[in-house]
Amino acid sequence: MIKLKINGVDVSVEEGSTVLEAAQFLGFPIPTLCHMEGLTPYGACRLCVVEIGNPPRSKLVSSCTYPAEDGLVVRTSSERVMRARRMIIELLLATCPQSKIIQDLASKFNVRQQRFKQEYEDCILCGLCVRMCEEQMMAKAIGFRGRGENRSIGTPFDIKSEVCRQCGGCIYVCPACQLRCTYNEPEKAICGGCANLAPPCLEKENFHDMMCYMDPCVACEIRKENN
Amino acid sequence: MQQVEIADILARHGEKEGGLISILESIQAKYGYLPREALEEVAEKTGHALVDVYGVATFYKAFSLKPRGKHLISVCLGTACHVRGGPQIAKEVKRQLGIRPGETTPDKEFTLETVNCLGACALGPVVVIDGHYFPNVKTSMVKGIIDRARDGLDKVEVDKDARVFPIEVSCARCNHSLMDTEHKLDGYPSVRVTVSFGQKHGWLELSSLYGSYNTSSKYEIPENTIVNFFCPYCNAELMGGSLCSECGAPMVPMIVRGGGMVQICSRKGCKGHMLDLL
Repeated sequence: MIKLKINGVDVSVEEGSTVLEAAQFLGFPIPTLCHMEGLTPYGACRLCVVEIGNPPRSKLVSSCTYPAEDGLVVRTSSERVMRARRMIIELLLATCPQSKIIQDLASKFNVRQQRFKQEYEDCILCGLCVRMCEEQMMAKAIGFRGRGENRSIGTPFDIKSEVCRQCGGCIYVCPACQLRCTYNEPEKAICGGCANLAPPCLEKENFHDMMCYMDPCVACEIRKENN
Repeated sequence: MQQVEIADILARHGEKEGGLISILESIQAKYGYLPREALEEVAEKTGHALVDVYGVATFYKAFSLKPRGKHLISVCLGTACHVRGGPQIAKEVKRQLGIRPGETTPDKEFTLETVNCLGACALGPVVVIDGHYFPNVKTSMVKGIIDRARDGLDKVEVDKDARVFPIEVSCARCNHSLMDTEHKLDGYPSVRVTVSFGQKHGWLELSSLYGSYNTSSKYEIPENTIVNFFCPYCNAELMGGSLCSECGAPMVPMIVRGGGMVQICSRKGCKGHMLDLL
């Protein structure tokens, strides 16, 4: 057992646990976005930052990837942590303001403004879908492509993947609802047009090559009937 | 046909895991880009998922998924070349060809790319076309270089080249002379470098006569071994981006005194070399 101190409370956890697990065991809330039980920690979103060590030499680490150590002193909601966390939320808002999950986080942490250049990305590259596909669905149909500002998630060559079983796991875990509806961009490989129930994809012609996780798809069936 | 060739490349790299990048490099060297079928084949044969292979292929700038032009122009924008005017050279090349970095001219002649260091900082700003180095490029020289590339830079062939003359070379990285006047080969001062292969590390002396392949070294180098060359002064590895047109091994660049670049094949026994004089 490893003994550490979180927000002044002593806790002992099993070897191999992370700081996040220890804090959750004690009931201290740490917001997370790219963390999910059953998937390997990834440390992409940095929302779970905590402060470790004693103030003049303390540092911020992502608690989902930091292993619990003997004698570690952790603060989960110090002034410094909150400031960093609010900044991260602001940056997420600048990337992907339409995500309900990010909006809820902003409101919870009282982030009222966003001072960066506004973009409307449909992906925050948290990698949840990639890990879901690989680790839980054993498929490896989607992955990261490119580098830097060209980094994106999708199937190789943006075409229908042969290993995808259309389970919809990627759409289910996505915090930015990237794949939910891409009706106005039919070149994207995964359709998901049916996932919102007002089916806009009815109007589109080019969905034959798309991948849809509901097969037969409600929207497509309606369309067939109408024809 | 293509399948056979890719199977050959995969066989050459063996079964061991972790050779993905060198496999992709070989394919890129063969076709000039990474065809989709090739990536699918690599994924299947090596047991990697196609997403992983595709992820690696799109991550590195050296790989291209689109067919490239006949000639690849690399303009160096590394720190040394940048301060010596690399960006102006890049701009002039862009203007001459009418394409941006990463693009190919409509006639499929040229592909332009900018790179971040070619290991020839002493020559900056450097432009490399199809493995031929053009040192100290000025904007006024760009047009001439492109025209020469269009005519073909590999006109001097290894076997027919009977010219024999002594040259003086220096390190492409630190520009320190590599000539060793104390040890002579063929009656001329030799070129002294440090080489390593396997577990061995020692000096190697090359004849400075262009056209002579005489060498002497501390350790006997077995035939066909690819050795790594180092500058004995700055200890940097003498390494360029290009591969030997004879055998595919990496070429070793050195600066020729008087302006120019000589590249020799790093494989013992291979006579592949290139000389660019300006």
